Amino acid sequence: MPPQPPPSTPALPLLDVRDVTVFRGDRLVLDSVSLSLFAGDAMILTGPNGAGKSTLLRTISGLRKPDGGTVERQTELAWLGHQDALKPGMSLTQNLALAAKLGQGQMNEVLDALDLAFLADLPARLLSSGQKRRAAFARVMLSGAPLWLLDEPTVGLDVASIERLGAIMAAHRAKGGAMIVTTHVPLPLENTRSHELPSLANVEPIWLS
Amino acid sequence: MTAFLALIDRDLRMAYRFGADTLASLLFFILCGSLFPLALGPSPDLLRHMGPGIVWVCALLASLLPLDRLFGSELEDGSLDLLMLTGLPAYAVAFAKMIAHWLTTGLPLLIAAIPLGIMLGVKGGELPLLLLGLMLGTMCLSLLGGMAASVVLGARRGGVLLPLLVLPLATPVLIFGAASSYAGQLGASPAAGFDLLGACLLAMLPLCPLAAGQGLKAAVS
Repeated sequence: MPPQPPPSTPALPLLDVRDVTVFRGDRLVLDSVSLSLFAGDAMILTGPNGAGKSTLLRTISGLRKPDGGTVERQTELAWLGHQDALKPGMSLTQNLALAAKLGQGQMNEVLDALDLAFLADLPARLLSSGQKRRAAFARVMLSGAPLWLLDEPTVGLDVASIERLGAIMAAHRAKGGAMIVTTHVPLPLENTRSHELPSLANVEPIWLS
Repeated sequence: MTAFLALIDRDLRMAYRFGADTLASLLFFILCGSLFPLALGPSPDLLRHMGPGIVWVCALLASLLPLDRLFGSELEDGSLDLLMLTGLPAYAVAFAKMIAHWLTTGLPLLIAAIPLGIMLGVKGGELPLLLLGLMLGTMCLSLLGGMAASVVLGARRGGVLLPLLVLPLATPVLIFGAASSYAGQLGASPAAGFDLLGACLLAMLPLCPLAAGQGLKAAVS
């Protein structure tokens, strides 16, 4: 008997979020959010301030446990929080050293791609806010993880830097990566999917008795 | 394991870069110890009698100083999120920080305890006993301190709460540690003190990182 070809499995989503519900105190922040992300996808999370975009990202990352529902993730992830997490007294390369050691990224390539190479030895306290944001983004690239969770990656960036970021994101998707991005600024990305979170601020608080 | 060592390495490099923090707790230790002769009077007999106890209390207080920043600075600038997402379990992250705390605070205190002990008239033969006890003791204090620091993380006035949490928990360490250090002077065997001190360390070794890991999880969620 000739060997059977392996049965073709339907592509598994990199990330599958089902009915995720999150409370903060007694306030409902996320109400049954479901989404799934496949290789090559870029999802833009939109919604008014306080709609729970960051909370959803934290829940997906595993930093926070959902109060209901499940998050299934097939791959490693890279995280860009709304803080840059740079130690002011240490140089850019020292700040990124841990990410470079744990990931598979090449420090020089990444710094070049983000136009940070000339700042490599400068202490982080001397960087401008846009440069700090790019430095924090460098960590995401260094991680080599397929799934990127980006919380407001464009804060403080100039137009040229946003273009550069868009090109990097497109290249990442072309390599089979995926990302979820929260942003208030249009990103230079094609074929994005978007997911809008409604504001639940006016919903009656639910009293857990 | 690589990630664990990389975390310790990162903390050591940071401590080297911000050397003033380590130096501050060392100077505090020496200064605090030097105040006792001024208050108690310069009688060599009295100081020799009090010496090991003074060293122990000062080491306990000095190891508290950097605890506030141990996780606090990481939480403030968002680094803690990244540390929790390195793929290491939360207790391993906490344990790595505790080891780094011992290497940057406990170990220098041990070295500084030599001149302080001699200054207070601890005899040459009693000094190794004091140092061995202090070594075990400072390890316990790093574990306890790391646990307390992660528990108060994010609380208002956590800095004030911290000593109130650590000091009562550290009393067994202080009692057994000082008992082992006084054995030389009293002509008794230090074994009992060391045994109990070691037992404290063995109990804290698994429990404190686990509790601290839970504290860190609560702080980032």
